[in-house]
Amino acid sequence: MVQYSSRLDASFAALSDATRRGVLEQLWRGEASITTLAERFHMTLTGMSKHVGVLEQAGLVTTEKVGRVRTCRLGARGLDEEWAWIERYRRVWDERFDELAKVVAELELKEKSHGRQK
Amino acid sequence: MVDRSERAAPRNPTTVQRTDRAVIVRRSFDAPARIVFEAWTRPELFKRWWVPKSIGLKLLSLEQDVRVGGGYRLVFDLGEGKTMAFFGTYVEVTPPSRLSWTNEESEDGAVSTVTFEEKDGRTHLTFTEAYATAEALDRNFGASDSMPEQFAQLDAVLATLA
Repeated sequence: MVQYSSRLDASFAALSDATRRGVLEQLWRGEASITTLAERFHMTLTGMSKHVGVLEQAGLVTTEKVGRVRTCRLGARGLDEEWAWIERYRRVWDERFDELAKVVAELELKEKSHGRQK
Repeated sequence: MVDRSERAAPRNPTTVQRTDRAVIVRRSFDAPARIVFEAWTRPELFKRWWVPKSIGLKLLSLEQDVRVGGGYRLVFDLGEGKTMAFFGTYVEVTPPSRLSWTNEESEDGAVSTVTFEEKDGRTHLTFTEAYATAEALDRNFGASDSMPEQFAQLDAVLATLA
């Protein structure tokens, strides 16, 4: 949607997807094969390979093929400040929006019980 | 890092994207836009959700005069008698689809815009913090890897409250 102008932004783009963030969190706890990741995120091998490819291009993940198994682990940049920064920021908003969702649900319930009159 | 695997509930996800001069947060809500807009613009509702419990900051006061040219002001208790205020002016108020305000507590603060797009009874919310320059964004959100953890956390939190 916007031109990414720097190295940093390439990884923010990689992190804009929920599955890819989940993969990073998973790899933070330890290496995993594409097959394991695909199962955990209920995806096809091809789908997971694509996500890992995006992360790999951003330098967030590295992969190594031994025999028929491709193992993924965090890349050198997988845990540096930009990832930490965006994840902290996201968690604050996630928590905030969870609360907003509760307020919204309550308002909607109230509105339904009182009819649409406002 | 916290294990969040058990949180893979059917909640609407919150996503964050950074571009060179803006940070964009997205989330969907299972309600019409006018209701989400209302929760964002009525002070007694706004204060119920705006301050995440995990940050441990107490909102001392909130003023919201939601109209073009109207102001807002949030004052937080930082403990030990210290407070911190965030304030600015609403520059666009278009119920129930768009709200925009300035952040004037810092010199090169962002303009925040939230849009509420309703589709099939659901609201797709997009919150954007747009800075004048990439440098301003870096200054306001700058890398904090050398800071002690608690300051890094506070820094991130205060930035998002701005």
